[in-house]
Amino acid sequence: MAADTLFHRITDYAHRADPYPFYAELREAGVARQEDGSYLVGTYHEIEALLHDPRISSDRRNRTVPDETAAAEQGLPPAFIGLDDPEHHRLRRLTMRSFGPPHTPDRIAGMHDEITRIVKDLLAGFVDKERIDVVDDFAYPLPVTVICRLLGVPIEDEPRFRAWSDAIVAGIDPTPGEDPTERPRAAAEARKEMGLYLGELAEKRRAHPSDDMLSAFVSDSADGQLTPLEIMTTSVLLLIAGHETTVNLITNGVLTLLRHPDELARLRGEPALMPRAVEELLRYEPPVQMLPQRTPLADIEVAGVTVPKGAPLILMLASGNRDPRRFCDPDRFDPTREDNQHLGFGSGIHNCFGAPLARLEAQIALHELIQHLDTPRLVEDPPPYRRSPVLRGPRHLLLAPGRDDAQRGR
Amino acid sequence: MQGEPREGRIVVVGASLAGLRAAEALRDAGFVGSLTLIGEEPQPPYDRPPLSKQVLLGKVSADRTGLPQRRRVDAQWRLGVRAIGLDPIGKEVLLADGEKVPFDRLLIATGTRARPWPKPAEATLDGVFTLRTGEDAGRLAERLDAGPERVLVIGAGFTGSEIASACRERGLAVTVAERGPAPLVGALGGTLGALAAKLQRAHGVDLRCGVTVTELEGDGRLTGARFSDGSRIDADVAVVALGAVRNTEWLAESGLAAGPRGVTCDAGCRAFDMYGIVTDDVFAAGDVARFPHPLFEYQLLSLEHWGNAVAQAEVAAHNMVNPGPRRRPHLTVPAFWSSQFGLNIKSVGVPTFSDQVVIAQGSLKDARLVAVYGYRGRVTAAVSVNQAKALEYYERLIETAAPFPPAPGAADRIESPVPVPSDVPDPKTLSHGPTVALTGHLPDRRLTLVQPAR
Amino acid sequence: MNIVVDLNRCQGYAQCAFLAPRVFTMHGEEALSYAPAVPEDQQEHVLRAAAACPVQAILVGEEAGADAG
Repeated sequence: MAADTLFHRITDYAHRADPYPFYAELREAGVARQEDGSYLVGTYHEIEALLHDPRISSDRRNRTVPDETAAAEQGLPPAFIGLDDPEHHRLRRLTMRSFGPPHTPDRIAGMHDEITRIVKDLLAGFVDKERIDVVDDFAYPLPVTVICRLLGVPIEDEPRFRAWSDAIVAGIDPTPGEDPTERPRAAAEARKEMGLYLGELAEKRRAHPSDDMLSAFVSDSADGQLTPLEIMTTSVLLLIAGHETTVNLITNGVLTLLRHPDELARLRGEPALMPRAVEELLRYEPPVQMLPQRTPLADIEVAGVTVPKGAPLILMLASGNRDPRRFCDPDRFDPTREDNQHLGFGSGIHNCFGAPLARLEAQIALHELIQHLDTPRLVEDPPPYRRSPVLRGPRHLLLAPGRDDAQRGR
Repeated sequence: MQGEPREGRIVVVGASLAGLRAAEALRDAGFVGSLTLIGEEPQPPYDRPPLSKQVLLGKVSADRTGLPQRRRVDAQWRLGVRAIGLDPIGKEVLLADGEKVPFDRLLIATGTRARPWPKPAEATLDGVFTLRTGEDAGRLAERLDAGPERVLVIGAGFTGSEIASACRERGLAVTVAERGPAPLVGALGGTLGALAAKLQRAHGVDLRCGVTVTELEGDGRLTGARFSDGSRIDADVAVVALGAVRNTEWLAESGLAAGPRGVTCDAGCRAFDMYGIVTDDVFAAGDVARFPHPLFEYQLLSLEHWGNAVAQAEVAAHNMVNPGPRRRPHLTVPAFWSSQFGLNIKSVGVPTFSDQVVIAQGSLKDARLVAVYGYRGRVTAAVSVNQAKALEYYERLIETAAPFPPAPGAADRIESPVPVPSDVPDPKTLSHGPTVALTGHLPDRRLTLVQPAR
Repeated sequence: MNIVVDLNRCQGYAQCAFLAPRVFTMHGEEALSYAPAVPEDQQEHVLRAAAACPVQAILVGEEAGADAG
């Protein structure tokens, strides 16, 4: 089959449970031009180089082909994930002020106990359940609760922003041929509504500040401040990214561990291995499979192929993570892997902003879950997947718990 | 090489970063013979970069910078004793305590020491310091704790600048004296030197360039200093940061090509003798080594870089236990970092190997940038200021000898895309010795000075 | 337990400073500073930080030559 249909097959929902054979095909094909003029890169070293290449823009408005997402962003401008330096750096730095070092180094580490408590509350809800849906009962509510606390968004509003969030995630789905204008339009509309909602919340904090990021966004600072519009775009980004990705990391993690019972047993006995196991999950089943929004600002050569200025450039992180030219035995899940410089959180200036939080949540969630459930069993393998080929993960993951709560006294 | 390369006796002289990493790599490579490390300082290997940073700030105690080992190393440690001679025929290292340590293969990793203040009477004044060892750093940190009235830093290379930065962060008054036109200019050239000068002054440093210190005053205790422009200051602490001296004196009668610029070796870390004949049982690595690099026209490089010590030690170790065809060259692109005045400065390549420089990303105004250096139309170095994530792209350009100036198209705005002369001064005009020395570049520098046998 | 960070590799992602803020601190936006000798109560955090380093720049080990004689 010609390379130009490869992206169809990668994004085809029928292949969502296991896109990895197609990624292998992509690595063989080299830099693959698609019929719509976009280019796919699936090999580790090339992706890594492009993520550090200053000529690669993250701003879709630099595309020379018609780009519906960029057009839709006329409504609400891109957040820093879709901007280049120095704007990207300015916004990211201002956002970091209330999230991490150097100004707030203890924020994430300080959430350890609270995250553990939330996880334990969720696990307590498993009691007497015959079937547990890892997604709806565990992996989704945890990051939503955490990001709401962190930002200062009332958790009661979850049904409202879940609808917006679904539309926004659908909007970044690059699956070719499917309603190319309607999805981005709906996503832009949802972004705007969510932005207005969050902007309003932030405004209320001006008079009643509390210890959350929205309050920090509206408080005075000596070295620059987010504008009201920037507060909207940034907080939409944080709310979406804060839960739509971590849910997949946790769910993919549970699924992978259940498929590797020896490793699960080992992790249960050696909890200190969990941080490395989470890194391996980020390599083996990354929650963000691809970065669909890069664009070269000059003609660039990638592995012998010239990618023209302005062409859509799609970096397949999940494929790079399984590149045998970079990783030894790449299709093996090995929580003790020594050499594991994965692309799970991207790399370069746009490396995942929330990575430390996602790591902490996944480590705690997986640790507590495997300690809580004795012999969990997958009800359905493969499970049904979410639509998106970008933020890839199961929609439901049903378990028969097989726990032994009484004896454990939990 | 005689006998089985994985057996026999290996002696490593120098028990700091390069010596330790070599010892680990030797065992990793399957060396099963006897291994002896000889170190002049009494304490186990420790890390030096924190000494001018965390330690001077009082955040880390000077005796708490010990290096972790990558693996357990089965070795004899002879610490607190200096090597004073090498008998290349009898294959023995002579120690200061009179002992002779025989070897089949030897690794020279004796590094450098601080260049002392040239006037001994002034150098011994209470309050005059150098900074190289953990002990130096401990004593200086203690003195800074006591809250001196003013600290004079002599020499504005990386060490001097980092000391000044730590002092300012502690709120101490600081004067920096540099014979060259700006701080860091010897390593980074004129453009970033000017930025460094601006930065130091913005942080309240009394920076005096184009002057030398003519006299350290005091009677037992340092009280002040006089400068070549006729001015003077009161100061109760002076830190002499005039660069480093390579520890090669002990090799004076060894017949090796060892002198003030280091021990000359080939790309495989094998030392040359004084006639330019390569030895096969004596190797060199780290700050003391001087080696040819193909990216820089095979000129001999002397690098006082942490990363070079690690990489070169690993190559030396590999080559010590592998026969000829399996040996590797030391081709690592030179790299170093410095943090000062809240900025992170990182370098790849050799900035002094340049005739032009261009700000390829970011801006001097924001003190967030990448400066790219070129020599005769190809990229030879890049320096980032608070933009470290950008650097690996330029490292690839250096490795592939890409054309200079680099092609435009960087996504961030460029302040001045026009290359300007890199203005790398002759090291002779600086207060401090260069941390990267290209030797043999000019006809008058093509020969190394060999200490004649006495 | 002692650590050393290869600051040539470090690109300032600050993951260590998030996960073990008692040991790793950012000096300004990008420069990393750390305590080479790790206190007992920070060892678990440091191992988390080392695992999370995106450029695998943190070396953790026992202090070298501590048994030197």
